[in-house]
Amino acid sequence: MKDSMSNYDKVMSRRQEILDKALGIDFDAYELEGIAFDYEKMMEECAYPLEEAIKVQTENGVGNTPLVELKNITSLARKYAPKGKGARIFVKDESCNVSGSFKERRASMSAYHAKKKGYKGLIAATSGNFGAAVAAQATKQGLNCIVVQECYDSKQVGQPEIIEKARKCEALGAEVIQTTVGPELFFESLSVLDETGYFNASLYTPFSIAGVETLGYEIARECQERFNKYPEAVICTNAGGGNLTGTARGLKKTGAKETRIIGASVNLNGLHMASDHDFNRKSFTTGHTGFGIPFATYPDRSDVLRSAARPLRYVDEYYLVEQGEVFYITEMLAQLEGYERGPAGNTSLAVAFKLAQTMNEDEIIVVNEMEYTGAGKHINPQLSFARKNGIEIKFGNPKKESINGKNIILPRSPKDIDIDAVDLNHLRNSYIKTMLNTYSRKASELSIVEKEYLVNELNIDMDKVEELLKNFE
Amino acid sequence: MIKKGSFVRIEKTILKASERTAKIPEDTKSTDFKMWTKGVLLENCEMNELAKIKTMANREDEGILVEVNPFYELNYGEFLPEMVEIDLGLKNER
Repeated sequence: MKDSMSNYDKVMSRRQEILDKALGIDFDAYELEGIAFDYEKMMEECAYPLEEAIKVQTENGVGNTPLVELKNITSLARKYAPKGKGARIFVKDESCNVSGSFKERRASMSAYHAKKKGYKGLIAATSGNFGAAVAAQATKQGLNCIVVQECYDSKQVGQPEIIEKARKCEALGAEVIQTTVGPELFFESLSVLDETGYFNASLYTPFSIAGVETLGYEIARECQERFNKYPEAVICTNAGGGNLTGTARGLKKTGAKETRIIGASVNLNGLHMASDHDFNRKSFTTGHTGFGIPFATYPDRSDVLRSAARPLRYVDEYYLVEQGEVFYITEMLAQLEGYERGPAGNTSLAVAFKLAQTMNEDEIIVVNEMEYTGAGKHINPQLSFARKNGIEIKFGNPKKESINGKNIILPRSPKDIDIDAVDLNHLRNSYIKTMLNTYSRKASELSIVEKEYLVNELNIDMDKVEELLKNFE
Repeated sequence: MIKKGSFVRIEKTILKASERTAKIPEDTKSTDFKMWTKGVLLENCEMNELAKIKTMANREDEGILVEVNPFYELNYGEFLPEMVEIDLGLKNER
């Protein structure tokens, strides 16, 4: 290696070697042909079985969270629904996990695996609840923890929600490395992985995703016990895809094969995720389209070669709501149900409120998680911060008037909460395009193995795969 | 002088703006990529001088000493009249 090579280039050139050592998964073993790999085999061989995950999580203060009916919000939805419509809305209070979010289901299994394999610590690159979850589980399971988070713009103004996560991670015993805006955070994360030899507690490993299966399992089992049926719909806030993937897998493994799997994201269209200027002009740091869309259409953009979070395999419907609508429903949750939670996790509640109005009264829709809140993270500091940054906050029609980075439009009434359906075929097309480019394949040359992979990966039949592939010939 | 054993925060410039090669928007590219971490000071040091620390993950690191006894000032924001309007509206819906 030339001396002139910068430390950055040196570390980045060893990227694969560092990641392999920090994870210990031989991804090559699951490659099939071209774009295809054996997802189920990877999950089966690398992740822990559901029974073991339940045991590990129970021992570490994770899971068995309350499934609660939001009776007042359900009544309100019915008020604005046609006669006979208005499904019962339930929510899993995932804030009851040790560090206050469903992310602990992922973190607990990463910590368990790391400890078993003899790693002395965990490193997670995250600005969200996952950091706190990894910190808590590392502490519980006797490991060191470093959280690397993108936190400040170039004027060193920090997003209050992210600063709250830093505080919480430190409170739970972790070192927090904070950076300015930019994907070079990955370099920093690689450097400390290399330096410490710690385990890469990635959000996207089989351990992590299988850890969320217990969430789907608990929902399915409890609905069966209490209502003698599985829920008609389960709705998950979608960012990197792991929440939806893990929950859907857990539901299906438990028998809830007919339950509609619904994704929900906050619409942040127009804001660039790596822009220094835009960084503090968004009021959501997760659960938004800036992650939700790119990770759905190219899951392997993550820090593992083949991500275990693959939402297009499971999602039946995907809806977007505006920032102001999630703030409004978060306030509704506090004012009508007594839960001060979120806001990011309440994205799916906003969608559920509208969707329930299209479902029958005897049907059940489950919002699969809500998260802790606190100073900085709560909607009041978020809206205050937005206003200080020049974002206009006013009442109006969120769907028609919202301009991300310029304003936040709050609904005047519950009837003004509306949802936009994402065209899944558009996402599937985008997925195919990315995979063909990444693996230098032509649509007309795809083998039967690759086409069958797309059937599973895109949750469609072979005829539909052939039809979509025609767009690329 | 800041004494050895103090709990401090350090800052490092990882990449100068001119060294940033990642595919990023121009506004980000024109800024330095920086990082901060905290730990126990290993040797006496002056503010804004190069400091050596041991972090909570038992790791040693070096950077410019920018803060001693760092603390959080997070809060619940300022008064927002819109929230009162939402709350009153929701009470009428019950």
